[in-house]
Amino acid sequence: MRIVLGIESSCDETAAAVVTEDRRILANIVLSQLEDHRAYGGVVPEIAARAHLDHIERVVRDAMSTAGLGFADLAGVAATTGPGLIGGVIVGATVAKSLAMVHDKPFIAINHLEGHALTCRLTDAVPFPFLLLLVSGGHSQFLSVAGVGAYTRLGGTLDDAVGEAFDKTAKMLGLGFPGGPAVEQAALSGDATRFALPRPLLGRPGADLSLSGLKTAVRLAAEKLPAPVSGQDLSDLAASFQAAVGDVLADRLKNALTVFRAAHPSGRHVVIAGGVAANKALRARLQSVVITQGLALIAPPLQLCTDNGAMIAWAGLERLALGESHGLDHPCRPRWPLDEAA
Amino acid sequence: MKITVQTATSFTVQAHSLTETQRLAQELAALAAPGDVIALRGDLGMGKSAFARAFIQARAGVSIEVPSPTFTLVQAYELPSGLISHFDLYRLRDASDAYELGLDDAFGGIILIEWPERLGDGLPRNPLVISFLPGATADGRAITLEGGASWAGRLDFLKLKF
Repeated sequence: MRIVLGIESSCDETAAAVVTEDRRILANIVLSQLEDHRAYGGVVPEIAARAHLDHIERVVRDAMSTAGLGFADLAGVAATTGPGLIGGVIVGATVAKSLAMVHDKPFIAINHLEGHALTCRLTDAVPFPFLLLLVSGGHSQFLSVAGVGAYTRLGGTLDDAVGEAFDKTAKMLGLGFPGGPAVEQAALSGDATRFALPRPLLGRPGADLSLSGLKTAVRLAAEKLPAPVSGQDLSDLAASFQAAVGDVLADRLKNALTVFRAAHPSGRHVVIAGGVAANKALRARLQSVVITQGLALIAPPLQLCTDNGAMIAWAGLERLALGESHGLDHPCRPRWPLDEAA
Repeated sequence: MKITVQTATSFTVQAHSLTETQRLAQELAALAAPGDVIALRGDLGMGKSAFARAFIQARAGVSIEVPSPTFTLVQAYELPSGLISHFDLYRLRDASDAYELGLDDAFGGIILIEWPERLGDGLPRNPLVISFLPGATADGRAITLEGGASWAGRLDFLKLKF
């Protein structure tokens, strides 16, 4: 039974997890400062490598003791080596390499996005191939996943990520952070038809997204309302925004599915991953598209959709199972697209 | 916060549409040189990123992908015409953090900075400061360019085109 320690430090979270080959998460420690960040209206990054440095030893130790294992029990140590803020990435990768060296274990370098892409195989044992919609604060892309390492980018955002559009809309509406849940909550009692917001790229070929113009339209609509935007105005604008994003995503998903199904007629699953997957209204909107095509929509649980070490450990297990590991001189990369050809 | 520009040359362009904003970015791209620091100021949704995108694509000569750097804080573009570093300091808390992002390393190339206010007094030397304010129409913007001595001649030239 292979067991892998996974370390993630590419953005705000310092995280470590221990995962087994048979899909058990023995420990999943994520150190996040969300509460501290709320005051700033956005995730304030622990960009300083030293912040990761301050925490990582404790986080790794917690993960190992929660799992009740020693380093000798591990089959390997995996770490995110990009993409992300390079200072943080180097901290996590160096700790992982050091542990691998000292305990004579293989080191596995993992692309952070691959961690997100393969999480559905840890949680739901989704078989290849599948269509992945990765939507978070920093990423919005459609990927065809044919196997470990076999990713084809079908489309992505030309400007703002979906989560970013939610965060900035929330900020403009005076809602709290994180923006996704705040906008979703406000939209519950709103009339989505009240504001005619644009649906950028709707009906156009391809699976690319553009949300920057929608953000501007929300600002203009908000400026015409009595300030501060509140009550029914706020709910209606939030609902109108969310509906516009839903329409755009649904339209783009249809196009991505056409390409995916032509390439992979056997594919049966659409996976939505990333923090935005927590939005129930968007999920329902995407579900309606997927169901009409006789496919299944899979969304891993939220705590595994946001950044975590378990996804890195799992991706490490997938790589190890294929006989792959990496040298201790393996470099870290701030930019590292999953589909290198895209 | 006040950004101080020495011996300021300043003029304002009334851009009536996104296309005009993009044209300003393209014209400026043709005048920019490695070592330039361009600060982009304005509220959410005012077109700072759209301006930066048009600028970078004009320097690239092709329509390369220019994602918002809000999440990653910085995106670097190694172009045939040199390095461009596109910073978005929206999420930044502490001016000193900017140096963790590699602001120092970017100085050899062209630097575009959104939300330069986050740097406090730490804005790099001799910037061109571009401020985006609402214009007469929904898509219109009043775009003010302010620069020091190294920008005076170029801004005079740019003025002729608008």
